[in-house]
Amino acid sequence: MNERRNSAILLAAGVLSAALLMLHPHGTLSLLPVLAVMAACLTAKASRWVQGVVLAGILVVAVPMAGIQNSFLFELGTQIGIYAALALGLNIVVGMAGLLDLGYAGFFGLGAYTWAIFGSPQANELLAGNHFPLAGWPYFYLFVVLAVMVAALTGVLIGLPALRLRGDYLAVVTLGLGQVVRLLANNLDHPLNITNGPQGISPIERPPIGWLTHGLDTLGIHVPPVLGYSIFFYFLVLAIAGAVVLISTRLDRSRFGRAWVAIREDEMAAQSVGISVIKAKVLAFATGAAFSGAMGAVFAAKQLFVSPDSFTFLQSITILVMVLLGGMGSIRGAILGAAAVTLLNIEILKNLSDSLNSLRQSGFVLDLGFLRYDFASIPSQLEPAKYERMIFGLIIVLMMIFRPSGLIPEQRHRLELEGKE
Amino acid sequence: MTLRPLRPAERPRPLGEALLQILPGVIIEGLLLGCVYAMIALGYSMVYGVLGLINFAHSEVFMIGAIAGAEVFRYGQPAAPNTFVLLAAAILVGGSVAGLVAVGIERLAYRPLRRRTSNRLVPLITAIGVSFFLQDLVRLIEGLWHNEFYLNYPSCTPIEHPVKLPLGTEVQVKAIIVIAVAMLMMIGLTLLVKRTRMGKAIRAVAHDAQTASLMGVNPDQVISRTFLLGGFLGGVAGVLFGIMFTQVNPFVGFVPGLKAFTAAVLGGIGSIPGAMVGGLVLGMIETVGGTYLPLFTNGAVGSEYTDILAFAVLVLLLLVRPQGLMGKASSDRA
Amino acid sequence: MNVSKMLPLLAAGIVALQFTSDAQTIKIASACPLSGAQAALGEMVKLGAQLAVEEAQSAFAAHGIKLELTPQDDQASPDVGVAVAKRMVNDAEILGVVGHFNSGVAIPASEVYKDYDLCMVSPANTNPKVTERRYPNINRVCGRDDVQGPVGAEFAVTELKAKRVLVINDKTAYGQGVAEAFKQKAAGLGATVVGFVGTEEKANFQSLILQMKVHKPDFVYFGGIYDQGGLLLKQMREKSIPAVFMGPDGMDSSEFVRIAQNAALGAYYTTVAGPVDQYPAAAEFAKSFEAKFTKKPESFALYAYDSANVLIAALKELTLQNPGQTPARVDVCKAVRKISFPGITGLIEFNDKGDRKKADYYIVQLKESAYPGTTVKVISAGPPGN
Repeated sequence: MNERRNSAILLAAGVLSAALLMLHPHGTLSLLPVLAVMAACLTAKASRWVQGVVLAGILVVAVPMAGIQNSFLFELGTQIGIYAALALGLNIVVGMAGLLDLGYAGFFGLGAYTWAIFGSPQANELLAGNHFPLAGWPYFYLFVVLAVMVAALTGVLIGLPALRLRGDYLAVVTLGLGQVVRLLANNLDHPLNITNGPQGISPIERPPIGWLTHGLDTLGIHVPPVLGYSIFFYFLVLAIAGAVVLISTRLDRSRFGRAWVAIREDEMAAQSVGISVIKAKVLAFATGAAFSGAMGAVFAAKQLFVSPDSFTFLQSITILVMVLLGGMGSIRGAILGAAAVTLLNIEILKNLSDSLNSLRQSGFVLDLGFLRYDFASIPSQLEPAKYERMIFGLIIVLMMIFRPSGLIPEQRHRLELEGKE
Repeated sequence: MTLRPLRPAERPRPLGEALLQILPGVIIEGLLLGCVYAMIALGYSMVYGVLGLINFAHSEVFMIGAIAGAEVFRYGQPAAPNTFVLLAAAILVGGSVAGLVAVGIERLAYRPLRRRTSNRLVPLITAIGVSFFLQDLVRLIEGLWHNEFYLNYPSCTPIEHPVKLPLGTEVQVKAIIVIAVAMLMMIGLTLLVKRTRMGKAIRAVAHDAQTASLMGVNPDQVISRTFLLGGFLGGVAGVLFGIMFTQVNPFVGFVPGLKAFTAAVLGGIGSIPGAMVGGLVLGMIETVGGTYLPLFTNGAVGSEYTDILAFAVLVLLLLVRPQGLMGKASSDRA
Repeated sequence: MNVSKMLPLLAAGIVALQFTSDAQTIKIASACPLSGAQAALGEMVKLGAQLAVEEAQSAFAAHGIKLELTPQDDQASPDVGVAVAKRMVNDAEILGVVGHFNSGVAIPASEVYKDYDLCMVSPANTNPKVTERRYPNINRVCGRDDVQGPVGAEFAVTELKAKRVLVINDKTAYGQGVAEAFKQKAAGLGATVVGFVGTEEKANFQSLILQMKVHKPDFVYFGGIYDQGGLLLKQMREKSIPAVFMGPDGMDSSEFVRIAQNAALGAYYTTVAGPVDQYPAAAEFAKSFEAKFTKKPESFALYAYDSANVLIAALKELTLQNPGQTPARVDVCKAVRKISFPGITGLIEFNDKGDRKKADYYIVQLKESAYPGTTVKVISAGPPGN
């Protein structure tokens, strides 16, 4: 009964918020209801069917329609999609299998450089002839697949020796690996120029999208030409993220998923019931790496430019925060965590500091009779844009203190806890 | 305007001889860096010992110590012109402030968590949040206070004076001070942990917190004291770092923190002598590698590969000896 | 989460949408790192732009236009930079960008600005690639690595007679670019380059100094920024390395002297920013900057001030032509490209790439350990291939 009522509310709210977003595509305030509805879809007890329809409706119809007027929505959607896939990959490693990986961005970098080197003139430095960049339609997609393989293979090669180590030692080795990938990217411009060092690689080719704009035209949807790639990457990332969700879910429910949880909860016990611990761990590591590699290649093409600055320790940590914020081991949680952190970082906090800054420049004077404060006199040390990271840190701490199991605790844990009580 | 011609002593010498000639200097610099790493690593290792937590906020504790030391010099230099008194004051103040901040972090951020969850990764993320928060908080405070947040340790001639050593090397007085202070602190800590009741309680909690509490040890109190001790050492390391390299800012903790954490693992995390050895080894690898790699490869592989070298050593060591240099081959505590 | 919890949110969203302002507002954005390790440098960009905007506000207000600065934090990260760029192009009130600080951020972000004809005037991106793409909306007020490096090298080799040169860089796009250009020119002029090393180290330069004891260079060039350069120089002098020190405009800061202290004595740097002793306008700027923000401006603040003023001049011209109308972004780009503006870093005119047609490069020596130093040579140079 409750579920039916929830479903009805969800559907109604979904339609309303989608309409609102399409009518007012600018501004955070019209975005918030849509986000709330999507968050509710991931968390509330409602009919799965309704949840799916509402989510799909918002992601496939409402956001793109609004995005045509405010292309920032595509950027937001694309970045959330990329981070969601990364968080899902790390969720398998950290959340499901319980292996602390502090260098996850390294695999992302591997994927990005795989396409960046061959999708730009950079590869001419390595191979004779003038065959590069590889342009044309099949190459990019081939390299996404190749990036998956490169990342997964590296995952296996690193994993085989490293995964024999106990938990926290693994953390340091992965941390080192992440650093090594960045350092190599930053330094391999000599003696042999592979990555072009700190200068980064640009321009990176993007796949042709004549078919997409043409297709949209025949459907009667005319989009400005500059939006072509925004739309393309939005849907590409959405598709890959969708596939990642699907694979994660299947794995979670498979023999391997159960093996991972068993290892996480008690490695000794898992081994004694006949689980091949190393094999399961390496599989987790490689799967996580593979997701990251795929998104890396997409990221390189989307940005047109790749440099070592994108693959720092901070990046690895940010992805880890997404997983833990969402709820370790929970697939919906990882998505929600990725969305929350990305939104906070590039939309909500930025918006907050923009509004505070406008307030300061508007000559607003707070006058309470006994207290008069001229906002224009705020010292520049208190410029709100400077403290976005501080607020981010504070939110993480408070979140962890008040909701330590994450936004959406893992289903298995929930079942266990409810079963006991 | 032209350059003056080189004096004979400055003229390039045959490479082999020159390489040998700088060796004592390389060893001293490695030792110095190693001492700083070792003292920070102790903080990571002790907290890990009692809580099983990688306390990422420890690099910020180090930074706060360094900043507090700089403030002592800023306000103390006009008042107390004796550099050595000032130095002692900076070390004490830096260590104490850092120790108190570490205790505060534990009280406000980690203790509430211990009561709510047994998941060991949750405090890790909290630590990262604390780290972000503290960096910008210190920047805010320094910005409002002095309108700048790059703080200098002023030049104090008496401690920068070079001292001649045998083999034709020179060290600065401050290098000797840093090594002496670090050694003293580490010996003191070892005695404290080995010989006193408090040390016994720390070891007991590290070994088995539950049993220790049954034996009448108050784990919360022990944990607080561990943070205080670790924080104090980290803060002193911050001041020593400031004295050596003369400039600090709110973001200065990140790299040494990361290195010291690596050092703690290298030595065997949770082990006090391990952290010291790990720190010294890492400092040495870094200085020796950073100096000689480019010289031996004629610049093809430069100093920038030092970090890769350090991590390669770490990985190789862990493969051969998973418990680290001094760690005990413990039972399953993953 | 309870579904009914989000209904108030929905309602709040609808209510809040009713508040929109109707005064004509034009915004200039500054985009640079305001948090993280490069915050001190990024802040100079922001403050420089802020001063320019605040000085111009009253002139615009006379025409009924509210001119605002909107400072953005790109966190020195390409991802955040691109996101910030996409946010800005969708805010119709933003008509110009002063930024970014890092070339690695500016290159991908400018791809976004290009698609939306948003004019970017860079105060700090010296990497040749930034303008080599010939985008009509991307300009820079600062110099180019491939001019500044060689200018320094020529002075070092021909005037200072440097024989054994050690070139160090900070492994960033800026530092490495300018160091590479310096190295090539110096080698071409016949000096021996005894080493070309990179370092990401921020505090401890002892390995480099020990290498100097082997190489015995008589000249050290550091491609990078003052926070590292000042410390490197200080530690070199503490270890009695006598080599002459030179750096690019990353050293052009009072902070360089504050960090290096007495060691700064005799050090050289190259810069495009007109020294206060030669430009009365620059002295004026330094005075009002210090009065407003109680700190001394650095070269990046000067460049940012000029960048913002270039945008302001273009906007002024356009709003005078069509009063009451918000200028179109394309027109802003065109007006900036055509501009001839007497800035505090000299006359600013852009070529078809967006580089300054001619810029004066100053070689400055710190003859006392006080900032700014004394200009020892002025070399007038245009971008290569012009």
